[in-house]
Amino acid sequence: MSTPELNQGKPPRPPAAAPGPRKVPAPRVLPESQAYWTAADEGRLLVKKCKACGEFHHYPRDVCPHCLSVDTEWRQAAGTGTIYSFSTMGKGEAAYTLAFVTIDEGVTLMTNLVDCDPATVSIGQPVRVVFKPSEGGHAVPMFTPA
Amino acid sequence: MSLNGSAYIVGAYEHPTRKADALSVVRLHADVARGALEDAGLSKGDIDGYFCAGDAPGLGATTMAEYLGLKLRHVDSTECGGSAPILHVAHAAEAIAAGRCNVALITLAGRPRAQMVAAQAAAKDAKGRAPLALKPPDPDAPELAFELPYGPATQNLYAAVAKRHMHEFGTTSEQLAWIKVAASHHAQHNPLAMLRDVVTVEDVLNSPLVSDPLHRLDCCVMSDGGGAIIVARPEIARQLARPLVKVRGTGEAPKHGMGGKMDLTYSAAAWSGPLAFAEAGLTPADIQYASLYDSFTITVLMQLEDLGFCRKGEGGRFVADGNLISGVGKLPFNTDGGGLCNNHPANRGGITKIIEAVRQLRGEAHPAVQVPNCSLALANGIGGALASRHTAGTLILERV
Repeated sequence: MSTPELNQGKPPRPPAAAPGPRKVPAPRVLPESQAYWTAADEGRLLVKKCKACGEFHHYPRDVCPHCLSVDTEWRQAAGTGTIYSFSTMGKGEAAYTLAFVTIDEGVTLMTNLVDCDPATVSIGQPVRVVFKPSEGGHAVPMFTPA
Repeated sequence: MSLNGSAYIVGAYEHPTRKADALSVVRLHADVARGALEDAGLSKGDIDGYFCAGDAPGLGATTMAEYLGLKLRHVDSTECGGSAPILHVAHAAEAIAAGRCNVALITLAGRPRAQMVAAQAAAKDAKGRAPLALKPPDPDAPELAFELPYGPATQNLYAAVAKRHMHEFGTTSEQLAWIKVAASHHAQHNPLAMLRDVVTVEDVLNSPLVSDPLHRLDCCVMSDGGGAIIVARPEIARQLARPLVKVRGTGEAPKHGMGGKMDLTYSAAAWSGPLAFAEAGLTPADIQYASLYDSFTITVLMQLEDLGFCRKGEGGRFVADGNLISGVGKLPFNTDGGGLCNNHPANRGGITKIIEAVRQLRGEAHPAVQVPNCSLALANGIGGALASRHTAGTLILERV
């Protein structure tokens, strides 16, 4: 984005695309979600379930956001779900698709749609989890059409 | 305790700058404080309560009290992003009703535009990437690991809301564009507005896609500047020479990912709005002018539905054909041009929403956009991001 454009009072643009695809920042992990990221490195998607109220939740916490019980446990998710919404931002190789995917366990995750042409996907479409490397950190769960 | 009638807005001031190359953040706060005091006909020594949010530097209220030389007996730094000043008005009314202060000053200011230009120039010199955000994320934020890797920017978060709305209710990009068209019709009369050209639906649709389905003209401007509001006890308001603008209804509510049971089809305004209308003893049909937070066109559409100006899912039809244009449609909105065309100081649009509502109630809006005999106005803010977490504040004001 050049300064003269800004001076004309235009709305902000995404920064000019640097060469190459967007790099995935490494997740900065808190102790209570370490298991999630260790499992991601092994190609497994975990989801938190509360043993007190029986509800799943995401993002994972020690404390259940539905009933405040600390009696929560990790479950392995089926790894499938449907697209709740999505949007593609950026141009060329740097374009990426932010998405919200509702997994079969009933919770919705922020994620990216990958390995597909976002112009051909739609809300409600079935997707499955894949794991992509981050920049010097844990693998990150993303989704692709099932 | 109802806040209806407990306090009045006696001072309002908007900073004229849109790019503050040579003004510090604290100086911008001071400028708007001086402007609002002059507008109210009060002096610094009258202020005994002060309110600011995360845009104030250093220790916030403490730093500002020192810089301005304020002697205070009540401070409040409620931080919820761009909607904060709307909550501050309610909290000031509470404090006044509780006897904690008599005259409350609220300031908001920032210079993200000048800072971004400087950061981009530095990145260019270093042959690096321009920064996406000016401040690093909080490493203790519990959601960070589950969001940052996926690249949530403000634009794509609101775009995801727009796409879901289109999916659920058949809303179209043309309908969203009408919101920008209405804002531009108002901004043409505001000499300070960053975007003064009247645009058409086609202009919006032909502007570059930023994050589908949102186009560049669906987005607000980035600007420097700020604004201030002074809230006072009714007895003090009646001694001043300014028109009387009464706080009639207030509401606030946060909404978030709800542990993964998220629903992006409504905003927290669906909760803050009914609180404010109940306190005011009014319905949406009573409102003659609305300041609606317009970070994006979709933000306005969501608030129209959630505040009850139309039914859920009918926002697209409500905004079409100029229904938000003053003098043309049923619900004039953002007659200063709003964030979409005028300014969005500190990336926070809350204070300017209050200021234009006060202008309308005083009869001090531009004559081309002034709502005749405007006696009931609403200002609503959305702070944070619709698709992740945000706090809505609703304020209903009355000219008495």
